[in-house]
Amino acid sequence: MSVIKVEGVRTVFGEKIVHDGLNLSIEEGEIYGLLGPSGCGKTTLLREMVMLQEFHGGKIKVLDYDIKSIKHKEAQTLRKNWGVLFQAGALFSSLSIKDNISLPLIEYTDLSQKMIDEIVDFKINIVGLKPGDADLFPSQISGGMKKKAGLARALAMDPKLLFLDEPTSGLDPISAREFDELVLKLRSLLGLSIVMVSHDLQSIYDTLDRVAIIDEKKIAYEGSIKDVTTSNSAFVQTFFK
Amino acid sequence: MKSAVSLNFANEKLSLDFSGELNLYSVTTLQNSIFHVNLQNIESIVINLKDVNFIDTAAGLFLVKLEEDYNAKNIRTTIVTQSSTVLSTLELVKLQRISTQIDTKVEKQRLLNFPHKMITDYFLGFFSFMEFFGKLMMTKISYMQSFKNIRFKEIAFEINESGVKALGIVALTSFLIGLVVAYQSAYQLKIYGANIFIVDMLGISILRELAPLITAIVIAGRSGSAFTAQIGAMKITQELDAMKTMGFDPFAFLVMPRIIALMIVLPILIFVADIMGILGGMIVSYIDLGITTNLFVDRFREVVDAKHFFIGILKGPFFAFLIASIGIYRGLVVKDDTQSIGFNTTKSVVESIFAVIVCDALFSIAFTNLGI
Repeated sequence: MSVIKVEGVRTVFGEKIVHDGLNLSIEEGEIYGLLGPSGCGKTTLLREMVMLQEFHGGKIKVLDYDIKSIKHKEAQTLRKNWGVLFQAGALFSSLSIKDNISLPLIEYTDLSQKMIDEIVDFKINIVGLKPGDADLFPSQISGGMKKKAGLARALAMDPKLLFLDEPTSGLDPISAREFDELVLKLRSLLGLSIVMVSHDLQSIYDTLDRVAIIDEKKIAYEGSIKDVTTSNSAFVQTFFK
Repeated sequence: MKSAVSLNFANEKLSLDFSGELNLYSVTTLQNSIFHVNLQNIESIVINLKDVNFIDTAAGLFLVKLEEDYNAKNIRTTIVTQSSTVLSTLELVKLQRISTQIDTKVEKQRLLNFPHKMITDYFLGFFSFMEFFGKLMMTKISYMQSFKNIRFKEIAFEINESGVKALGIVALTSFLIGLVVAYQSAYQLKIYGANIFIVDMLGISILRELAPLITAIVIAGRSGSAFTAQIGAMKITQELDAMKTMGFDPFAFLVMPRIIALMIVLPILIFVADIMGILGGMIVSYIDLGITTNLFVDRFREVVDAKHFFIGILKGPFFAFLIASIGIYRGLVVKDDTQSIGFNTTKSVVESIFAVIVCDALFSIAFTNLGI
């Protein structure tokens, strides 16, 4: 079953055409990568999938909801079923790490405070933060910790689907590899489907099951990472050499 | 080592002998020393870099351009060097210059398409504000549908931020305004011996106009700008996006609490401003005109109707709505760069003060025509 289906998506910014007839499908339980040269619209596509940005033609289906004609209530249900990690974490700066993670739980569930605390501790643990970090504010922690905390927040509602926007960019190589391992661990533990935008070759080879390469407004290649060099896109030839 | 250039003329040949280290800091001096050279009768030029031990890319650009310029004037020019590092820098500069020259030109903004662009931008801005307004009304409706939707915690926080913490500055400003207005009018009234009329004047002007306006202006500068900067920064750090993907409507979480809080708090602040303004006037009346507090209060009760006070308070929620919605709207239209925050903060303060004054003028006309 495919969790996301993109059909003939067209995106236009002013006079610039970003996507013209994009097709791809993401299956359940896989780690799927969106790759391509900078400015090709990878992040734009990710933002379109999570309903942050409009597209101008075609269809995107996420967990069987057509997001172009989705109703407000369905959209809210869908949003509870995914988690998004932004490039710099995008933690709410007025809240502590703990409050950041517990916010969706407080808003959407009727769990007791004690239960919420336990869930938060568990999520903090699973992403590899120390229990003592929970009371710090986003301004007091490092970039790598922000990403981990952002991931913990994205996982707070136990989503089926996880979106990661350049999860390893700006991390030192060791933290980046740790993050890759974390992503793999989460997939096997929680059975997540993960969509990520990445530039990090090592991370691409280590984590991704399948990739889509966006080049020249279209999908230049979609399929397993092993056969990627069979594509004759100029980007693939230089990037995967 | 310091750089230098010496000019050696030999018949129709000119040799420019550079020496030392040519870099960013020496280019201008070298340029000036060559600029005035008389090139009449010169047929060939040798740019001699034999004594140069290092050039950076700025100096490289200068030398390559020098060679091009002379060649363009039909003077045979060659660069002579022995150092391989100097040569490779020159090669690099030449290569990059060629690749930048092919680049396409961006269409320049012409004078003629300026007005229509400005007009369309203006209308687009107006429409986007209307869109914001529409969303605001829709959220308001959903807010009213259920008591549970109202976010009391956020509202209380904002009341503290923009109300309680602003008490001091609002009180002080209106006290001083009362003082100044009384002081200036006391001087005029004394001439006619109409001392007691200062009570009428102060009562009506402060309660009806000055206190609401001064409070609104202080709050526009204080909270309006804060709203824009906070929300703008949240947009840049993608906190707004994160909220949206988590299903938290920014209108319910950020916009409505701020607007409601300000609408609650501004009338109260105006009330405080009324008290402080009149107090300031009272003190001056006593010192300058010898009107005792008892006399002042008696006269006040006699001549100043309660309607003036209520009109002033009534303006509060309207001003608050304007200030908060403009401040927040400006925050939401911040683009993804830091300059945009400054630009929009300035705009938010200017626009909200302007809107408050226009609104006040409309109230003034309406109430006068209604005979209130």
